[in-house]
Amino acid sequence: MTRIAEACAGPAFIAFTVAGDPDPGMSVRIARTLIDAGADILELGVPFSDPPGDGPTIQKADERALNAGTTTDTVFSIVREIRAFSDIPIVLLTYFNPVYRRGPDRFYREAHEAGVDGILIADLPVEEADEVVDLSRRYGIDQIFLVSRDTSPKRLKVIARHAGGFLYLVSVHGVTGARPEIPEELPAFIHRVREQTALPLAVGFGISTPDHVSAVCRAGANGAIVGSAIVEIIERNLSREPEMMAGLHAYTSSLTAMKEERSGSSP
Amino acid sequence: MTENGRFGLYGGRYVPETLMHALLELEEAYTAASTDEIFRNELDFYLKEYAGRKTPLTYCRNLSAELGCRVYLKREDLLHGGAHKLNNTLAQGLLAKYMGKKKLIAETGAGQHGVATAMAGAVLGLPVEVYMGETDCRRQRLNVFRMEMMGATVHPVTTGTRTLKDAVNEAMRAWVATVEDTAYVLGSVVGPHPYPLMVRDFQSVIGRETREQILTKEGRLPDAVIACVGGGSNAIGIFHAFLADDVRLIGVEAGGTGTGRGEHGATLCAGTPGVLHGALSYLLQDEDGQIEGTHSVSAGLDYPGVGPEHSMLKDTGRVEYHSAGDAEVLNAFFHLSKSEGIVPALESSHAVSYAMDIAGEFGKDDILVICLSGRGDKDVAAVAEMTGGCR
Ligand SMILES: Cc1ncc(COP(=O)(O)O)c(C=O)c1O
Repeated sequence: MTRIAEACAGPAFIAFTVAGDPDPGMSVRIARTLIDAGADILELGVPFSDPPGDGPTIQKADERALNAGTTTDTVFSIVREIRAFSDIPIVLLTYFNPVYRRGPDRFYREAHEAGVDGILIADLPVEEADEVVDLSRRYGIDQIFLVSRDTSPKRLKVIARHAGGFLYLVSVHGVTGARPEIPEELPAFIHRVREQTALPLAVGFGISTPDHVSAVCRAGANGAIVGSAIVEIIERNLSREPEMMAGLHAYTSSLTAMKEERSGSSP
Repeated sequence: MTENGRFGLYGGRYVPETLMHALLELEEAYTAASTDEIFRNELDFYLKEYAGRKTPLTYCRNLSAELGCRVYLKREDLLHGGAHKLNNTLAQGLLAKYMGKKKLIAETGAGQHGVATAMAGAVLGLPVEVYMGETDCRRQRLNVFRMEMMGATVHPVTTGTRTLKDAVNEAMRAWVATVEDTAYVLGSVVGPHPYPLMVRDFQSVIGRETREQILTKEGRLPDAVIACVGGGSNAIGIFHAFLADDVRLIGVEAGGTGTGRGEHGATLCAGTPGVLHGALSYLLQDEDGQIEGTHSVSAGLDYPGVGPEHSMLKDTGRVEYHSAGDAEVLNAFFHLSKSEGIVPALESSHAVSYAMDIAGEFGKDDILVICLSGRGDKDVAAVAEMTGGCR
């Protein structure tokens, strides 16, 4: 079992931020705060100039990171800096072009050397993923895939065969962004996927409150992913680092507490 | 072409899982429609009776005398709406109807594709939402009014560079949220499979007509066909009928104000392969794969990507790609207006400009066909502002 899959036994609270947001140095301190507050897995977004899967909150975070000079090299050095004080599983969430442009082999090798545990490429469906799946196995990285409510049983089977770590269930029709409610169909969606795979299931997109986290865990997921709500705290406190860190700590603690209320058995 | 929509290396389907179902559904519907006689007949009806096909292939006496070769214009500027875009939007709109979709969304740069989608939506009875960069809303204001007049809602896009690429991003975001009942009418031969294939098929009518018309008028094929390339739909539309012939095919990109970063939109001339908006193709990008800003006097060519089929045709050398700069383009805009009484779109003026540049390579009996992809009415206000009136 990989470190990511182990962390999902918890269930896992998965915290997302954009690497380099608002600048590379602060981004490392933000990671430390999220880890201190109880995050089980850290998901780092590789900033991209044109993220069509992301809502305004994460778009702006990407822009801040890029404006602060974040490059692919910087992302790997941020991972190394986090590795210096924590062995939390780290997942990179990226679009394909930065991977393609660097050369997939080099990207995966450098990710592995920096200490990355998993990679999710947001715009790389399983049909296009043969090469990176091979690379992920060669470098001991979990290749994580998205599953949507529309993913057919046939495709789900193919995805499950290629996937490592956990399956990332997209809860909504839409882009990333905090939403007031989680969709009614979510428990049925989780059950449907659960019947077809033994992989841990983590739910993301729109999760932002302790109630969401506990509902997701109660419905049988092994992890809840929170991104935009974390990034919003960063955005609100850009020039006030102490308040930012305090806010992130308090918020993350409130979410990690809720996941403990999960009923039912572990995977 | 393979199953996943490859043109050689290029193309493919690089989209989030949340769009896969919709793309597979679209591919299936498109494949069915392309052999469905009822669909074809209905589309032919709209193209003929509503859009005004076939468009003329005009012999330009004055320009020919001046340039020393036989110059023809394929008059997509005379298509309803004033550009080739309607060929594609009527077809995609009709397909959406056959699929039971209730709404159309589209991106637009120059506004011509937005206008053409608004027309298709109005005539087919489907509501339309258009995403348009704020910069483009300003420089193509007339087209914003036109879209609104035909009942479309225009959403100005304020992210990124506020031009066409950001309008595509925003349209994709809107589509993900509404895939169940909404069709995304993409305006060029870009994007994930099946768009590059489908839009090329819908625009190929330009080249089929041109081939037939030139054979009737001249009894032979042209020596060269020239078209501007933004995403590349009018170019692939006219080139496609000539790919297997001994005809020089020339695509002209936006040379902007120079060759530096952010100064042009000459993707095939200056770019490198990468993935943007769902397909692998040439892109203007930095060493980390971040997309670079672009500039062109024409909003419709102000785009850092290009169709995957063009990317392949560049590599194989079957099509030559060059660029024309803003100043030469403005010159061509005025020149064609004066010499033939035809005001070309700034996009199409790129093709005119390059044709004027290379006319010296042709003899007096050689035949040059320029794809006049659109008319320039939409550009008159912006050009007047830029140049302080006429020259
Ligand atoms: C008149 C005209 N020509 C050309 C283009 C560029 O598109 P494409 O390269 O897909 O033909 C546009 C786009 O807005 C246009 O309006």
